[in-house]
Amino acid sequence: MKKFFIFSGFLIVAAAVFFAGCNKDIVGRTDNLSALAPANTDLNAGIWKPVLLTGPSEFAVPAPIATNTPEYIAQINEIKSWQADLTTDEKRIIKYWSAGAVLRWNEILRELVAKHNLPPYQNEDGTYPFPNANNPLAYPQFPFSNPPYAARAYACVSAAQYDALVAAWYYKKLYNRAAPYNVDATINVLIPKSDLPSYPSEDAVVAGTAAELLKLLFPGDQEYIQQKVEEHKRARILSGANVRSDIEAGETLGKLVAQKFVTRARGDRAGAAIGNQAGWTKLETDCIARGETPWYSLELPKRPPMLPVFGKVKSFLFDSLTAISLRPGPPPLVNSKDMKDETEEIFQMVKNPTRERTRIVHFWADGAGTYTPPGHWDAIAAEDFVTKNFSEVRWARNMALLNMAMGDAAIVCWDTKYFYFNPRPTQLNPNIKTITGIPNFPSYISGHSTFSGAAAAILGHIIPERAEQYNAMANEASMSRMYGGIHYKSDCTVGLVVGKNVGNYAVQRAITDGAE
Amino acid sequence: MNRKLKAIVIFIFFITTAHIAAAQTDMDAIMMGKKRFCVGPMYSYTSWKNYWEGTLKRDNQNLGTVSTQMIGLMGNYGITSKLNVLFSVPYVKTKATAGTLHGMKGIQDLSLFVKWMPIEKEMLGGVFSLYGIAGGSFPLTNYVADFQPLSIGLHSKTASGRLMADYQAGSFFVTASATYVLRDNVKIDRTSYYTTEMYYTNEIKMPDGANYNFRTGYRSEKLIAEAVVNKWNTLGGFDITRNNMPFPSNKMNATTVGANIKYVILPVKNEVSLVAGGNTTVAGRNMGQSTTFYGSVFYVLDFNHKAKTSTQPAKTN
Repeated sequence: MKKFFIFSGFLIVAAAVFFAGCNKDIVGRTDNLSALAPANTDLNAGIWKPVLLTGPSEFAVPAPIATNTPEYIAQINEIKSWQADLTTDEKRIIKYWSAGAVLRWNEILRELVAKHNLPPYQNEDGTYPFPNANNPLAYPQFPFSNPPYAARAYACVSAAQYDALVAAWYYKKLYNRAAPYNVDATINVLIPKSDLPSYPSEDAVVAGTAAELLKLLFPGDQEYIQQKVEEHKRARILSGANVRSDIEAGETLGKLVAQKFVTRARGDRAGAAIGNQAGWTKLETDCIARGETPWYSLELPKRPPMLPVFGKVKSFLFDSLTAISLRPGPPPLVNSKDMKDETEEIFQMVKNPTRERTRIVHFWADGAGTYTPPGHWDAIAAEDFVTKNFSEVRWARNMALLNMAMGDAAIVCWDTKYFYFNPRPTQLNPNIKTITGIPNFPSYISGHSTFSGAAAAILGHIIPERAEQYNAMANEASMSRMYGGIHYKSDCTVGLVVGKNVGNYAVQRAITDGAE
Repeated sequence: MNRKLKAIVIFIFFITTAHIAAAQTDMDAIMMGKKRFCVGPMYSYTSWKNYWEGTLKRDNQNLGTVSTQMIGLMGNYGITSKLNVLFSVPYVKTKATAGTLHGMKGIQDLSLFVKWMPIEKEMLGGVFSLYGIAGGSFPLTNYVADFQPLSIGLHSKTASGRLMADYQAGSFFVTASATYVLRDNVKIDRTSYYTTEMYYTNEIKMPDGANYNFRTGYRSEKLIAEAVVNKWNTLGGFDITRNNMPFPSNKMNATTVGANIKYVILPVKNEVSLVAGGNTTVAGRNMGQSTTFYGSVFYVLDFNHKAKTSTQPAKTN
């Protein structure tokens, strides 16, 4: 028996020593950010150029009640009573949301994209089902938030939040109602103080805008989204940042502005981007008629091409004729020596991939089950913006510029892909085994390269001291598609150029939107 | 050495446990005598066509049959006849017969175990013995964990503790063991991932695991023939979502049944033995319904200066 105890002790000690001090809990990079304390409140942002609104006062926000009224004092007292006994969870949500409204809602959107970025499983007969927006919880769930869908979602939400905040800033300056802690010094302030007028609440504007647009974009996740909205609003009252009337006015304004973007989204032709069998067949026959080899799906069973009519979606930064003018010239002919050489180049790359190249492929893959390449660039941008202490309205403006650039990059890229309908490397040489999944759409031009070229162009304008790194990242993202065996060099080099051209429209807008 | 299997096979997504044969593994009741070193190469081949996506069994035309080949070196040294150390180092290569994904290959994890037999006593006409096995594994190379099911492993450091009991009467034996496996976090090449929620980090928290092993059959100095049932459970983790790729922290469970034979061809001081076996998966979750075959040759080096004078117990090689 004694031996047994020694022996049990031996097992326990051995295991304990091995993992001594090992804490398995993981911490996300943005879990413990400090509260946003803008270096500049951008008090005059009400005159910045909106995207869709005819002007900052298109939607009326009623004048707030005066701070000496009994009703306002009751709202101050509401803050005080809520603050009387803060729970751990209340402290947590105050900290979480104080990092920034635009940041947190962008993260939530990225999460929803990642959750829904899964290609539907085939039917028994080898055809594929499509998600149905009117029945979002039935399999396959709506949406399938693939890269074009995601790019459009990020653009719609970001642009709407920007417009709504421009309007909010207009009313903030107009009504100039001080933040509750500037009215009553006895309030416990759990966030950085600001001179920015607090009516309407910028946080509620952002939450309201997001909630209204996400009803359209992620209709099956309403409960989760609404829970986040309630938590966000609650955090602002708990922290002493806003009284209830700040929140209510902000949420209402956010929803009104968002409805304008919902109307736009319903009419932007994205709903028809899936196309139909006749259209898919025509892409193939047209390509053959041009004397070329058409793309075909490398999935089994063959899957219809991803959003072949997405190139017709309405862009944010330019009109449809400009979108077409941004389409690059053709790739090398499939039977040309150039294309044979390019295919061979990819074959040589994937034969014996190095660990470092595999790392690059996987770092940038952003494939199924992820927030897609635009989401990756949003993450890169967000983590840089955090260091800049932008005001919420400038956060939103910069995110809108970035996401409109990538949304429009998706449109030009998809237009190009289906205009040329070019095969993937593995179609031309089946011995090319890939280091990441082959996306189910034509090769020319690389989506990653186009997104990345656009993102690097606008981000380099917003944070000039990082421009070189953004370009290096874009180049690496672009090269990752060759290392992965899924794109030719011409897909990538031309994709980067096209992306940069699209991104420059965002730069032009940035120069003229009144924020610089 | 069975541990090797575990490192290589159980832990690898979709590759269900192959229990390496009855040759001085960390999961059998065989001890090397003092200053005797058993070493040898082993080869295993595992393949599956169907797998469990969560609890849903399916195939995948874009993978076809996924196979894992492993060549390993295993060793077992007797510090004393009651205290052994064991190691294994595998080289693993994966392949899918359909679809376009590139297979992976490389040196995987080093496993190290200490095996102690504190109790060995005669009872009920046989010999009862109790064992404690402690050890762990760690990756020897920077291989990719996040390319399941073609990754060669999960790249997690592990530590495990096992309690094992054995009873032998004549040539009949029965062995049962239970193991708890602690698994360290792993790092992947991307900066965020979604499981059932979003994580903005490259680090994955790995659920621990538990393993239960039962084996019985014939055991003599010359021949061992046994049937094995093994159950591996991940304690936590999440199910693969519909038509998604697997992920290192999935809830991977597998129950396998199999058989092993060990035959000693040169029962001299430096004996040589052949081991062969196989197993198949009868139940699983987030893993492949795999079948494994393996074989190995073991050579015993005796570092005792004098020829042994005492006869080893039947179950000691």
